[in-house]
Amino acid sequence: MNIRALIIRILRQFRRDKRSMALMIVAPLLVLTLMWLVFDGDRYEPEIAVVDVPSPYVQVLEKQDAVIKEMSEVEAMNALQGVEVDAMIKMDQQSMQVALEGSDPSTNSAVKMTIQQAMKELGPQKSQLEPAFTYIHGSEDLGLFDNVGPVLIGFFVFFFVFIIGGVSFLRERTQGTLERLLSTPLRRWEIVTGYVLGFGLFTLIQSFIIAAYSIYVLGMWMDGSFWYVLLITFLLAMTALTLGTLLSAYANNEFQMIQFIPLVIVPQVFFSGLFNLDALAGWVQAIGKVMPLTYGANALRNIMIRGKGIESFQSDILILIGFAFLFFFLNIVALKKHRKL
Amino acid sequence: MDMVHVKDVAHSFGREEVLKEVNLSIQEGEIFGLLGPSGAGKTTLVKMIVGILEADQGEAWVKDVKMPSLEQMKVLGYMAQSDALYNELSARENLDFFGSIYGLRTKKRKQRIEEVMNIVDLYDHLDKPVQKYSGGMKRRLSLAAALLHEPDLLILDEPTVGIDPILRQSIWNELKRWQQNGTTIIVTTHVMDEAGKCDRLAMLRDGYVIATGSPKELREKSHTETIEEAFLAYGGEKG
Ligand SMILES: Nc1ncnc2c1ncn2[C@@H]1O[C@H](COP(=O)(O)OP(=O)(O)OP(=O)(O)O)[C@@H](O)[C@H]1O
Ligand SMILES: [Mg+2]
Repeated sequence: MNIRALIIRILRQFRRDKRSMALMIVAPLLVLTLMWLVFDGDRYEPEIAVVDVPSPYVQVLEKQDAVIKEMSEVEAMNALQGVEVDAMIKMDQQSMQVALEGSDPSTNSAVKMTIQQAMKELGPQKSQLEPAFTYIHGSEDLGLFDNVGPVLIGFFVFFFVFIIGGVSFLRERTQGTLERLLSTPLRRWEIVTGYVLGFGLFTLIQSFIIAAYSIYVLGMWMDGSFWYVLLITFLLAMTALTLGTLLSAYANNEFQMIQFIPLVIVPQVFFSGLFNLDALAGWVQAIGKVMPLTYGANALRNIMIRGKGIESFQSDILILIGFAFLFFFLNIVALKKHRKL
Repeated sequence: MDMVHVKDVAHSFGREEVLKEVNLSIQEGEIFGLLGPSGAGKTTLVKMIVGILEADQGEAWVKDVKMPSLEQMKVLGYMAQSDALYNELSARENLDFFGSIYGLRTKKRKQRIEEVMNIVDLYDHLDKPVQKYSGGMKRRLSLAAALLHEPDLLILDEPTVGIDPILRQSIWNELKRWQQNGTTIIVTTHVMDEAGKCDRLAMLRDGYVIATGSPKELREKSHTETIEEAFLAYGGEKG
């Protein structure tokens, strides 16, 4: 009953505060769109040379957004060296070899996407054939931009929920209503739960819109289940919310809340997989291990890019839930400062 | 039985000793006034009674239960010195929220909201968002919120600041009426003619209660004509 009252109140406040609502939903969509324009622009149509590829395959490939040219192997190699084509596909009975020119990561991913899309359309039997990729220049690791999309979804959800959640809890304290709430028979855990659920309902909608927009409107590379994406973004939002309300206890005004962004939010971007950390010292990599976004981004990449099942990211889910619960309890403890009961 | 009992309370903020040794007993059914210069620690003391501030030393009891106690908070109404309201929400939504927290059922809640808004003369502004309220209107709405659940003990921190004399008079008439129904009321105030309306007063200064008693007793003991003079006389004696 008490918790319900809190939830209703929070939702009513949201309804009144159209700007915050817009910030949580429209701002991420806007920034994602801008990023998409920069990284993606008009999706590049790769030019692919096919050598000895059976005609059913060629037909499917031609249906993709790609320019397909049938050549002999020598012609194709020359074209590849001269960057007249981006890739060459060669097939025999058992295997499918793809040679990529390789120097531009976004071209690489465009080629891969074309081939994977074609394999999907061919249906399960024929797509048994695993394409083997080789690179004339560069390597597979260069496909960095593939990683960006899912990380961005996770990041924006985290960022905006952190700010809005933190600021509204801060305001509760500075405008005196928190003290007022503590003078009522509300328990501390009820206050925190009410907040988490009230905002939770809203972030669920937010996560849904952001994920759906990125995948279905911007056409972000998506190989897994939408519901998994929603689950992970929601867990990230909950972690961000509980962390934001917790840290708001250490800010005296909105501006000080904003000061947490460079301390808490920005470092997470660097460690969440946007940049390749494999070459760094162990202790540097370990910093990422204490950051929620690392796990959320990892799970999102596994779902969206690699199309993996739940077993590949269930530990990420557990860790995110762990973070959210940890921050949740720390919130309850932090309220002890005002009332020990 | 004492409604409120404050025992040997001392409290500091950092190095500033605000309360040094405060003892108070407030009886059931009285209007008790807490007087003192700005910064004397009235709000600090009142928060301890409400249970939202823990004293460094000593304790506060409400109806023989040590605060903070969730049971006692159910029968206590608190109006803070600064209005604790949700500005985006309308008055009705604010009261609806506080009413639900105290467990008032939908029908009862609706009825009480209308009652208290009539008392503070804001009935016509029920659906106005609080951010469009004037200072005095917010003050009155805070008072309404404290009354909503018909508490046995009403703690009002400077309730009439920013309220015009006519309305102030009618609020005091209401306070007297609730007192007759058995409500115990604690008010902090700077306004001396209000102090005169209390059954008993405590003067807080330099961390101590320098005098307690009915307004009449205080005037007689200090050989003065008005509360204001008594207040100054006691203050002078100390300092
Ligand atoms: N949260 C706080 N942190 C630090 N100092 C505080 C805090 N709250 C109050 N004080 C200090 O304690 C002293 C007493 O404050 P308090 O608010 O209790 O005074 P008051 O008697 O209610 O004054 P007024 O009549 O102006 O409301 C003041 O000197 C104030 O600076
Ligand atoms: Mg005060």
